[in-house]
Amino acid sequence: MDYQTLRKKIIDIIADIAVDEDLSNIDDNIKLREQLDLDSMDFLDIVMELKKRYKIEVPTEDYLQLATLKSCIEYLGPKFSFSS
Amino acid sequence: MTNYDTVIIGAGMSGLAAGIRLAMFDQKVCILERHKVPGGLNSYYERQGRRLDVGLHAMTNFVRKGERGRPLTKLLKQLRIPYEKLELSQQHFSRIAFPEQDLSFSNDPQLLTAQIEKAFPRQKDNFARLLELVKNFDDVNLNNAPQSAKEKVREIISDEKLLEMIFCPLLIYGSAWENDMDFSQFVIMFKSIYLEGFSRPKNGVRSVINLLCEKFKQAGGELRLGTGIKKIDIENGVVKGVTLDSGEKIQAGKVMSSMGLPETMNIVSEGQESPAPGAMSFTETILFFDKKPGDEGIKETIVFFNDNEKYNYQKPQTLCDYHSAVVCLPNNFDYDDYDEGVIRVTFIANFEKWNELDKQTYLQKKKEVCDEAQALITRLFPEFHAHLLYHDVFTPKTITRYTGHFKGAVYGSTQKARDGRTAIKNLFICGTDQGFLGIVGAMLSGISMANLHCLMDGEKV
Ligand SMILES: Cc1cc2nc3c(=O)[nH]c(=O)nc-3n(C[C@H](O)[C@H](O)[C@H](O)COP(=O)(O)OP(=O)(O)OC[C@H]3O[C@@H](n4cnc5c(N)ncnc54)[C@H](O)[C@@H]3O)c2cc1C
Repeated sequence: MDYQTLRKKIIDIIADIAVDEDLSNIDDNIKLREQLDLDSMDFLDIVMELKKRYKIEVPTEDYLQLATLKSCIEYLGPKFSFSS
Repeated sequence: MTNYDTVIIGAGMSGLAAGIRLAMFDQKVCILERHKVPGGLNSYYERQGRRLDVGLHAMTNFVRKGERGRPLTKLLKQLRIPYEKLELSQQHFSRIAFPEQDLSFSNDPQLLTAQIEKAFPRQKDNFARLLELVKNFDDVNLNNAPQSAKEKVREIISDEKLLEMIFCPLLIYGSAWENDMDFSQFVIMFKSIYLEGFSRPKNGVRSVINLLCEKFKQAGGELRLGTGIKKIDIENGVVKGVTLDSGEKIQAGKVMSSMGLPETMNIVSEGQESPAPGAMSFTETILFFDKKPGDEGIKETIVFFNDNEKYNYQKPQTLCDYHSAVVCLPNNFDYDDYDEGVIRVTFIANFEKWNELDKQTYLQKKKEVCDEAQALITRLFPEFHAHLLYHDVFTPKTITRYTGHFKGAVYGSTQKARDGRTAIKNLFICGTDQGFLGIVGAMLSGISMANLHCLMDGEKV
């Protein structure tokens, strides 16, 4: 799956979680937490949405991999191709 | 027999919020509520075409749109409710009225600071220190051990009168203890009332309840009203399900109860010790007038009244303590959704005294409470000359009848299960007796307990 498709999937999840946020100008290299109002409860939601929508499991020790959009995409890329 | 991942007892603020979280992540979840109307301690009813709210003087924790990291923002995000949906309208200002001393506060914390500097100039630096302490304290940490807030605050604020005045709204809006509160709870309440402030959702509490019920059903949850739970079924120390008043049995992997801790333990099928119910209960008088307070120049939203030297936040020896009260003027938010003038008066009350009255005396005493409420309104607002159109009074007994809380204890037991665990495996507590109180607190409690025990299996992230 290419970068943009993956990016859109992740953005869609964040858009559902953070309903009041503007996601049009996210910088892929800056921590999501620094750009958006996301806390550990919200990262839990991202993980649960990945499981619910794509059957992808993210173990607790890998949560740090979800820090930026770029790291999300790099980390989740292989998991997506495996699951589809 | 139906089998659920989780059964939730009670469709109050906490049960509904917990239910939404679980349904959202595809759990098979059912909320069972004994009453025919959802909302619990924060419900509503209708009399003679008038809308009456049970709880809700005001919602605490006001935030403006886009303000980050605040409890209300977190809550909305977790429930995926857009900020606009609540249509919050802000208080004008509120007043703490003690003998010969008033302090006002609003949703701008500067007002309270300025008022304290003026009335208690020697406490100016101390109050600044208290603010620092409050802002830096991790109030929602589930592992905080209980400690006396008065002892801790007394180390900083050396004027007893100021201390009493600061505590008054915080105690009556959120303490299960008499005359004191847990320090974590003090910090939670201080932030939610003095630093964030009061607002009202358009059309009152019913819009919040409707929003929550709608969300829950949309997410696939099942809500059964008029369905009481008679027994929680346990086998070898593990929850198996519940038995309804009707005798029907329901299986569940987990049970989340918002009934209160003693109330929950009371219906556990194996003999269990339970903590004593709390002592704090109230009467509430709701009065409708042919004029609005604003028409007579009265601008306050809530008045915290006390005419004793010391503020007695404790169970009175009589039916009610008329030396202190909360007087709420729901017309006085930025947006007024009532056609008539409305004033609500809360007095601290004694459950046992109310409970032992025969029917006729009970009705007569309710009338006396209404007279006292009117006398207080005249005393606080002598300029308010209006004709009383309708009134209703509810008592500690009413609270027990409609919400099942023992002794009408609005803030539950003095002993809280902060991490939500009980002696029984897979039986959890949310809401009042988990320890987060009030409307916003109860919802946060439901969310965090559902996350911790039903979505993450008790591990913390
Ligand atoms: C007069 C008054 C004014 C208030 N004003 C405010 C205010 O201005 N601001 C604020 O933030 N808070 C206010 N509160 C407090 C607030 O209402 C509560 O803290 C909050 O609603 C508690 O929610 P909960 O979910 O923990 O409990 P509850 O609302 O009590 O929910 C428990 C539910 O469980 C149900 N239940 C119990 N036993 C059973 C059973 N065996 N089977 C099935 N169902 C059962 C009950 O019917 C109830 O619906 C007020 C309360 C009162 C009484």
